[in-house]
Amino acid sequence: MPLLPFYKKIMLKILKYSFYDLMRSRWSYVYFAFYLLLGIVLLFLNNNLSKAVITLMNVIIVLVPLIGTIFGVMYYYNSKEFTELLLAQPLKRSSIFLGQYLGVAISLSLSLILGLGIPFVFYGLFKSNAIWDFSLLLITESFLTFIFTALAFNIALSQVNKIKGFGFAILLWLFLAIIYDGLFLMSLILFEEYPLDKLSLVGTLLNPIDLSRTLILLKLDISALLGYTGAIFKKFFGTNFGLIISFVTLIIWVVLPVTRIIFKAKKKDF
Amino acid sequence: MVNIQDLHKKFGKNHVLKGVDLSIVNGGIFAVLGPNGSGKTTLIKSILGMVIPNKGTIEVLGKNINKSSEYKYQIDYLPQIANFPNNLKVKELIKMIKDLRGKTDLDQSLIALFKLEPFLDKKLGNLSGGTKQKVNIVLTFMFDSPIIILDEPTTGLDPISLIRLKDLIQAEKIKGKTILITSHIMSFVEEVSDEIVFLLEGQIYFKGSISNLKSKTNQPDFEHAIASILQENYA
Repeated sequence: MPLLPFYKKIMLKILKYSFYDLMRSRWSYVYFAFYLLLGIVLLFLNNNLSKAVITLMNVIIVLVPLIGTIFGVMYYYNSKEFTELLLAQPLKRSSIFLGQYLGVAISLSLSLILGLGIPFVFYGLFKSNAIWDFSLLLITESFLTFIFTALAFNIALSQVNKIKGFGFAILLWLFLAIIYDGLFLMSLILFEEYPLDKLSLVGTLLNPIDLSRTLILLKLDISALLGYTGAIFKKFFGTNFGLIISFVTLIIWVVLPVTRIIFKAKKKDF
Repeated sequence: MVNIQDLHKKFGKNHVLKGVDLSIVNGGIFAVLGPNGSGKTTLIKSILGMVIPNKGTIEVLGKNINKSSEYKYQIDYLPQIANFPNNLKVKELIKMIKDLRGKTDLDQSLIALFKLEPFLDKKLGNLSGGTKQKVNIVLTFMFDSPIIILDEPTTGLDPISLIRLKDLIQAEKIKGKTILITSHIMSFVEEVSDEIVFLLEGQIYFKGSISNLKSKTNQPDFEHAIASILQENYA
């Protein structure tokens, strides 16, 4: 039997069991129902697909990372027994942890895509030109789910103490969702005499939440809100090159923490 | 079968294993004994690759286990506390482990032996400690591997199940397997084991048969022999 496909098969099996396990827990349903409700309410209030997409973006851009973080940490600590059972079996550590990670990230993304997708499809998404904006929203939010679940797994792997693990995970979310923007704005004000367009571009690229927000806003063509910087952003992110760089950055944001999961899992004592 | 050389393990400042050398060549039943915190579970988990040693080598069936997982096909392991995913049914758990590790038909006879049929459709979270331990035993013995490691196998078992477990262990021994057991129940150890491996403060203090241990410590019975070692070192 060739080795590589064998490990992949084991990883897929573990993914399957983690996925089933999560699909059975009521939290997946709560998450799914929440998005379903959010989608219906926003469409009802806005009466317009494009406007609903913008409002939706503003709500879920901080919520999706938060849910990914909390779910990731919670799943890791709660499945400690399952993990130990698997560790005594002839399975590669990397396939055990990658399988679990993908199980969580995929089931969360699925709740998101189905929960929001169903009301929008019924409202007539396929006949509207908001479909590309909406698809971009779902893609970036799925990226955010994968990124923050991976970050949460990293924290949980490094921290034996559950409470501390939760604390660090929430702090990380708080930093990337709120504090980062504050620091960013403050530095812009502090150095306003200098040309800042490059710096603000880099600053946006480095934070996955900001990057996703910018990508969606520019697609929805309300860059005018951002003034002069907005024009520069439009020049960068509006091009194919900018779009590719953005997605490459998002992919790096997934790959780096996942690599650390594999590395950390190989060295950990259970 | 199992060959360990100069094994060291630290957890932070806590130096748990301080140069363990252990060589188990033949089949038979080996009891790993020692006071709480002497490193029994750490030693076992090192053999299983769950704990990664700071120094030293471990060979299982002549192969260094470093960074490998294949060798675990040769080991059946009964973990100390039977904590399973609570959402799963007994049937599903057995099926899952078979799916991950390979096909076997031995589970049927083991389920029958421990009278687990009525529990197959129950969730693991709803089982009593003893029943969980029986499920644990089924999962351990169903793969018929040459090395068996049992960490506190008697926990929670009723007298009938205990007798069945002892019979099972003896049957595996006759097949020529190497069986490592840790237990705090001295009567159980005395009854089943061929050799004692006594760990004290992270090193092997004694390895040999029970009668050797008795003569070394000048004690008439096994329990007092163990107690005298502990008294010498702690009192």
